[in-house]
Amino acid sequence: MHDPKKKQYLFDNPKNVSRLLGGFYVICGILLLLDFVLHRHIGHSWEHLPGFYAIYGFVACVLLVLIAKELRKLLMRKEDYYDVDQ
Amino acid sequence: MWTSDLPPFIPFFVAALLVLVTGGWLRGAIMVLTPVVGGLHLWYDVSPGITYTWNMLDYQLIPMRSDRLSLLFGYLFHIAALLAIVFALQVRDTTQSVASMLYAGAALGAVFAGDLITLFVFWELLAITSVFLIWARRTEKALNAGFRYLIFQVTSGMLLLAGALVQIQQTGSLAFEFIGLQGVSGWLIFLAFGIKCAFPFLHNWLTDAYPEATPTGAVFLSAFTTKVAVYALARGFPGTEILVYIGTVMTCFPIFFAVIENDLRRVLAYSMINQVGFMVCGVGIGTALALNGAVAHAFNDVIFKGLLFMAMGAVLYRVGNTNGSDLGGLYKTMPKTAMLCIVGASSISAFPLFSGFVSKSMVMSAMIEQGHDVLWLALLFASAGVFHHAGIKIPYFAFFAHDSGIRTQEAPLNMLVAMSIAAALCIFIGSQPQYLYALLPWQVDYWPFDATHVLTQLQLLFFSALAFVWLNKQGLYPPELHSVNLDAEWVYRKPLPAMARLAYRSATQMGNNLDSISKTGLKWLGNSLKRAPLSGYHLASSWPTGSMVLWIAVILGAYLLVDVLMM
Repeated sequence: MHDPKKKQYLFDNPKNVSRLLGGFYVICGILLLLDFVLHRHIGHSWEHLPGFYAIYGFVACVLLVLIAKELRKLLMRKEDYYDVDQ
Repeated sequence: MWTSDLPPFIPFFVAALLVLVTGGWLRGAIMVLTPVVGGLHLWYDVSPGITYTWNMLDYQLIPMRSDRLSLLFGYLFHIAALLAIVFALQVRDTTQSVASMLYAGAALGAVFAGDLITLFVFWELLAITSVFLIWARRTEKALNAGFRYLIFQVTSGMLLLAGALVQIQQTGSLAFEFIGLQGVSGWLIFLAFGIKCAFPFLHNWLTDAYPEATPTGAVFLSAFTTKVAVYALARGFPGTEILVYIGTVMTCFPIFFAVIENDLRRVLAYSMINQVGFMVCGVGIGTALALNGAVAHAFNDVIFKGLLFMAMGAVLYRVGNTNGSDLGGLYKTMPKTAMLCIVGASSISAFPLFSGFVSKSMVMSAMIEQGHDVLWLALLFASAGVFHHAGIKIPYFAFFAHDSGIRTQEAPLNMLVAMSIAAALCIFIGSQPQYLYALLPWQVDYWPFDATHVLTQLQLLFFSALAFVWLNKQGLYPPELHSVNLDAEWVYRKPLPAMARLAYRSATQMGNNLDSISKTGLKWLGNSLKRAPLSGYHLASSWPTGSMVLWIAVILGAYLLVDVLMM
């Protein structure tokens, strides 16, 4: 057995993380560009907007997280909240 | 081997008995073989249209009724039982083994029930057998959560029974066919199904109890109860419009809780409500495409949600907790579990070529076809949200994120086997959906892989992921914290018990007050009587009753004597 502290794992190397993210950004870019090349069927009037799904996905998730974060102020209690009776 | 009208729950109940009296490898073999043999029998020997009736008193009970809808769930539950049993093979706990066999059997009994009384019996059996998978955790928290779970489940059963009895009285029929929201019986049964389906405000039994179950118990739980309820809705209430709205709420609200929840198994419980929401929407729309989408999504959900619960169960088994705040970096020591978890996460997020995509898209398409534009946007929001909390959050905080320093072992072999089969099914159904489509109950031509659909779904998902990356880089993403988040359960876990305690305390206080008031009053009376002029007389001394009786007897005696003498 070798010392686990010395063992380098895949994402211990920051280069690998940035490679992964780089590839991810490229795919995002290509998907957005494809929107202008491929002809989409339209079911909902908002879909006419170029890049509608990309924008919707991004905005939806940012809103989701920011609202959830605000909800914490209202909803979050200590872990033993229900165990304490008074 | 056996007749085709044998109700499919029977092999499981017999196996449960055998499990009780066996042990070791023999018990394991019996448990694994039961769903395999039962499933093959169902596949090869049982065709739609078989019924088995049983006359009890004046009523005709139908413990076995097969059609394409019940058969689809029959196949599904055999697969689910097999996966969960293999996953749980290392468990040496008779309670759990017996309970899980009975629970799987009860689910099969419910989907092949042709009348409401049989349905009620299995409905209650589902509750009573599954609660042992929660209690088997043997912690105080699990015990209490189990009791709360049981109260909800049994209430659901009581409502179902009440609805069934009203229906018999009004129509004379026990048959479990289309029910609809007509009259009292319709509403009672609807509410009964709704509790098991985790409708909003009736949903906390799920998020409360499932995360408290044993690592393997949660896998069983995730497969059966809610899917039996979806089946029951699809049979009893297809096209009931209110379900479209209920379903949409179910898809949207849990994702907010999922984002801020720390226990990753509770995140999965919330995302289960979200997925069931899509199915409820499909049932509510009620077109052939939507209903097919609802049941196909139930089919896929059992497998990918089972896979995710298995991955988190493996983490719980190895590490001892599933808190996002305490985990991280587990890919280093559990790489296979991490990969399999990612397959499950991709499936639930509905990535093209993974199973969620081929079924959720049917519900989405049906939604827009029926002109529910706003609701369709809400479902799209929920789809992005699923990816965010289940697709990214679960694998990211458990296996990647910051390195928690935990160094453990890979999951046991049987767990890896179960997860691998589930993952293979996710990819197989996702890439070859025609086999699943061929089993669907309604006749529809649908093919999910067209350029628009694939492109738009990929854009939605990749840009949702981009939002996650951006929020993380900006430091805007809420950290995982040890906490409890208030939900509808607060009502019956805080104010109601507090009110009960208050009522108890006030009643006790009132009793004490009355006691002391009456005591003071009597004391005062006694004291004032003592001060009276007659109090010196010896008849007024304490315990006057005896002497009074004596004196009355003397007076009466004297009276009698006088009377006799006067004669």
